[in-house]
Amino acid sequence: MAKVNELTEKEKEALSLYKNIWVFVEQTGGVAHSVSFELLTKARELADKLGCQVGAVSIGKSVSHLAKEAFRFGADMFYIIEEDVFKDYRTEPFRDALSGLVRKYKPEIFLIGATTQGRDLSGTVATELRTGLTADTTKQEIDPETGNLMMTRPTFGGSLMATIICPKDRPQMSTVRPGVFKAVPVEQPKEGEIIREKTNITEDQIVKKILKKVVSSEGNINLGFYDVIVAGGKGMGNKENFNMIKELAALLGGTWAGSRKAVELGYVPQSRQVGQTGQTVHSKLYIACGISGAIQHLVGMQTSDIIISINVDEEAPVFDVSTYCIVEDAIKFVPRLISELKEQKLTPVKNEQ
Amino acid sequence: MSSKLKYDVIIVGAGPAGLSAAIVLAKAGVKVIVLERGKFPGSKNVMGGVFYSDCMKDVVDEFPGKAPVERHIIDQRMWILDAHSSVGFNHKNELFNEKPYNCHTVFRAKFDRWLAGEAEKAGALIINNTVVRAPLMENGKVIGVKTDRPQGDVFANCVIASDGVNSLFAKAMGLRKKIKPESVAIAVKEVIGLDENVINDRFNIKGDEGVTIEMTGSYFNGETMAFLYTNKKSVSLGVGMVLKDVLKNKLNPNDLIEQLKKHPSVAPLIEGGETKEFLAHLIPEGGYKEMPKLVGNGVMIAGDSAMMVDAIHREGSNLAITSGKFAAETYLEAAKKGDFSEKSLSLYVTKLQNSFVLKDLKKYKGVPDLLQTNKRLLQQYPKLLNQAAFEMLNVDGVPIKDKEKLIWKSVKKEIGIGHLVKDLFKLWRNMA
Amino acid sequence: MHALVFIKQVPDASQVRVNYETGTLIREGVPAILNPFEAHAVEEAVRLREEYGGKVTVITMGPPQATEALKECLSRGADKAYLLSDRVFAGSDTLATSYALYEGARKVIELEGEVDLFFAGKQAIDGDTAQTGPGIATRFDIPLVTYLMKLDNVDFDKKQALATRLTEFGQETLQVPLPAFFTVEETLNELSHAPLPWLIKAAKTKIEMLSSENVNLDREQCGLRHSPTKVKKAFTPEKRQRGETLTGSVEELSQKTSHILIPFLKKD
Ligand SMILES: Cc1cc2nc3c(=O)[nH]c(=O)nc-3n(C[C@H](O)[C@H](O)[C@H](O)COP(=O)(O)OP(=O)(O)OC[C@H]3O[C@@H](n4cnc5c(N)ncnc54)[C@H](O)[C@@H]3O)c2cc1C
Ligand SMILES: Cc1cc2nc3c(=O)[nH]c(=O)nc-3n(C[C@H](O)[C@H](O)[C@H](O)COP(=O)(O)OP(=O)(O)OC[C@H]3O[C@@H](n4cnc5c(N)ncnc54)[C@H](O)[C@@H]3O)c2cc1C
Ligand SMILES: Nc1ncnc2c1ncn2[C@@H]1O[C@H](COP(=O)(O)O)[C@@H](O)[C@H]1O
Repeated sequence: MAKVNELTEKEKEALSLYKNIWVFVEQTGGVAHSVSFELLTKARELADKLGCQVGAVSIGKSVSHLAKEAFRFGADMFYIIEEDVFKDYRTEPFRDALSGLVRKYKPEIFLIGATTQGRDLSGTVATELRTGLTADTTKQEIDPETGNLMMTRPTFGGSLMATIICPKDRPQMSTVRPGVFKAVPVEQPKEGEIIREKTNITEDQIVKKILKKVVSSEGNINLGFYDVIVAGGKGMGNKENFNMIKELAALLGGTWAGSRKAVELGYVPQSRQVGQTGQTVHSKLYIACGISGAIQHLVGMQTSDIIISINVDEEAPVFDVSTYCIVEDAIKFVPRLISELKEQKLTPVKNEQ
Repeated sequence: MSSKLKYDVIIVGAGPAGLSAAIVLAKAGVKVIVLERGKFPGSKNVMGGVFYSDCMKDVVDEFPGKAPVERHIIDQRMWILDAHSSVGFNHKNELFNEKPYNCHTVFRAKFDRWLAGEAEKAGALIINNTVVRAPLMENGKVIGVKTDRPQGDVFANCVIASDGVNSLFAKAMGLRKKIKPESVAIAVKEVIGLDENVINDRFNIKGDEGVTIEMTGSYFNGETMAFLYTNKKSVSLGVGMVLKDVLKNKLNPNDLIEQLKKHPSVAPLIEGGETKEFLAHLIPEGGYKEMPKLVGNGVMIAGDSAMMVDAIHREGSNLAITSGKFAAETYLEAAKKGDFSEKSLSLYVTKLQNSFVLKDLKKYKGVPDLLQTNKRLLQQYPKLLNQAAFEMLNVDGVPIKDKEKLIWKSVKKEIGIGHLVKDLFKLWRNMA
Repeated sequence: MHALVFIKQVPDASQVRVNYETGTLIREGVPAILNPFEAHAVEEAVRLREEYGGKVTVITMGPPQATEALKECLSRGADKAYLLSDRVFAGSDTLATSYALYEGARKVIELEGEVDLFFAGKQAIDGDTAQTGPGIATRFDIPLVTYLMKLDNVDFDKKQALATRLTEFGQETLQVPLPAFFTVEETLNELSHAPLPWLIKAAKTKIEMLSSENVNLDREQCGLRHSPTKVKKAFTPEKRQRGETLTGSVEELSQKTSHILIPFLKKD
């Protein structure tokens, strides 16, 4: 492993041109994705270790207002491209604009949220820049010896963790799962520097046109967004019984989901499937009702902080990953729990953001 | 239909029976298609499994050659288990270390895949993931098969049905009656991973030598037979019991295997091992009496689908290979005349009759019934035998002579001499 | 119409077990399968071929055993299959993989003709990176549509199609010019049972081999040595232990549970 540290003088010189940590501030219609602030907080911490600065980058039609928020979460600089062609996210123009900025300002580290947009963008930007990209990380540290970023991520559906470095290429890019880090505003935000850039990308150069956008219809939901998820499986018995799942989720300020069998049985839309071929979630609270806990389901939820499982079968594998195991009929238990919460007049704690 | 799928021979099922037929036919230049329901040949097949080499003689040029075999068996043990003890005898023989080896343990998933590769090399077409649903008939003659796939009808001069114990084909053809619960055994098997050296130490063998242990006895309530075979880096532990008993006594094969794992004679052999695979399968054990009609117009039945299993010696795969080979040879003869009628194909039956396949099956034809009707054989004798062995071998100051008396007394009490003599006679007649 | 599908053979992640003592994965005996998303990619390509004519080619970079996955694609109706296999690729990260596949695909285009639609899976279930597809698209410099849910109005004369993709908050329908690159979701289509003649044809189709011998490759961009990312260490995550089993009547259980839920709740 020592070899990776052995850079030639020329390589060292090339690397020394890269400085600072960048965070991509993802936004839709001018609203920033919360993962951006989580990453800024982390970037601040890493930058303090490396003794460098944090840059926030945003591209859009009208995103100037995000500067203040970026500074609040620890950015020193705000790089911004504001042009009409960037009104909606499209891969190619965003790739070109972002790659241009990186080439010009040479950040050493570049963090992007592992969202649908972030994953779409990061792969293409990294290829354009011919640098390494570590996807979907859950941990970021600085190697005290080399100053390299050590990026840790799960593979094999969470069975194995790998710590990955990118020793010879810059920037060291990685996407980070939402919810992994906490967004904490800095105590004394500074009035950072705003750096405006322009591109010469015109609409007629962009071959891809967005014809229609459907926002958050029933057919689509990003479960990764939620701190609390109540999921049901085949054990819920029928579609009507999912009303209690929905009600409990609403009471807890979260959302509802299901196993693949629940999807196959038509209890739950595919868009709410958790697992290997559905979505991967890292919620703070995951309640599994009538789910056996097949490995394909577990890989999608076992990194949640607290897992409460309700299953009539005390040997159900879901219990092996559960913080609290309730061997009981979910169809009796869930309504009782709902009335309990209602009786005690408990309502969800409002999310900070 | 212009693009009718037409072959010389259709083989249903890529087990040992079907594949040996395919190899022999393809080598002779016959256009043959093998239809297999599994993802690949062997993917759904289970066997203990000890594979006897002799039957491969006219099938492949060299055996084992590059075939994926595990260990060659040099020591065969037979145990009769009681709750805490076992008596047994074994036959270990240096002659079994001489090539060609008599038999090997094999994993069917690997073995069938290899055999399928040999068939492909010979020119056979093997199609996986395809279930044969029914024969296609015309004027009382089989002219092809219907599969579960769109545009899935296939036509041929002759069909060889080698689709295993549940043979849909033999049933659909009316060649076979519904299998009776007493004619089929259900077997469960675990592959338990162990270090190669640990196996060699525990079984007192070296290199690629292997051991088989067959078990029966009161430990199982007499309903079951069990086995433990050594592979290179694992042992296969299995329990088999007749379906009728499973149903009647509401037995759970998995419980039995768990119980067996804890038996003091078995536990030390598998200690520290990790279960790598768990499999279950049926074994047709009806024997000769339950065999279907073996030929029809344009069709021959081979292997397990024809109930060709010798339950006494746990032989099946070699009967399957041999019958597949005979079916192929019969086809080649029939093709010379261009006659695939039942009469022409009855050469297949003659070949089987002249070989060990039917001779052995006939010889043991009474055994399945005998074991079923006479539970004493499996329930009480083993218990007594174990008791007897304990009494004889336990040095406790009681004179041997007195011990014999004691044993004899309990025999009389539990069974009665008349029964004993009769039972032993019956058993002797059926097995010898 | 010519569709090229990038497919990967992966260990069935659900059967990979962890040896917690040594901190390694037990991969022995784990069956290799076609990455589930690619079955849908092939299905979509084959449907288009059935509708418009043309052909479907599949390609993978991997060891010789990966032919199994290619064969499965042929059985699902693909016409030709290429295996890009060479020692120089060993240990490639996604940047090096996308490079190798880009060069492999260029060779395929040289042999089989221009491609209108490129498909890859949304992600591979072993690595879960979802980077390879975008990487190849970038190298070809063609429009990329990730998370494809629906493909309509494919017009080979006007060379365009309507693609609906999943977004963070919903879905969007894009008009994309062809050739374009799509990475597909499982919801794109339902897998169908291929007709028997396809399987027969597949069994007879030879897998075409590609390697550094017949593909024009810059070795400086291949394999472990030329992959920017390196695995510094791999370890098994701490095994989650079975937690506390709550006991009592349904009433008691729900009381206990409501206490656990306190951090997520407040009194009205
Ligand atoms: C390639 C592949 C990909 C897959 N991807 C996914 C995936 O992404 N997500 C996924 O979830 N699955 C996936 N699966 C399927 C997975 O293997 C399981 O089949 C599925 O997760 C089982 O769903 P389930 O737990 O709802 O149903 P079951 O396994 O049938 O379990 C139902 C459970 O409910 C319990 N139960 C019954 N009644 C009650 C009651 N009244 N109260 C409480 N408990 C009760 C039962 O004891 C049982 O444990 C995939 C499979 C494959 C092969
Ligand atoms: C636990 C166990 C232990 C055994 N131990 C031994 C032993 O030690 N030694 C020994 O010699 N024998 C042993 N046997 C018996 C031996 O496995 C069988 O006799 C042998 O496999 C028979 O071969 P076959 O080709 O007739 O059938 P099979 O091996 O069963 O092959 C039939 C094939 O047909 C396919 N098929 C079935 N239906 C269809 C359909 N409708 N369409 C298409 N394909 C279909 C199946 O998928 C299968 O591949 C054992 C069996 C068991 C279960
Ligand atoms: N070695 C490979 N050969 C062919 N296609 C690949 C290979 N690796 C990845 N892909 C394709 O890229 C997709 C995403 O893979 P990954 O980036 O590893 O998550 C897969 O679903 C495949 O379609």
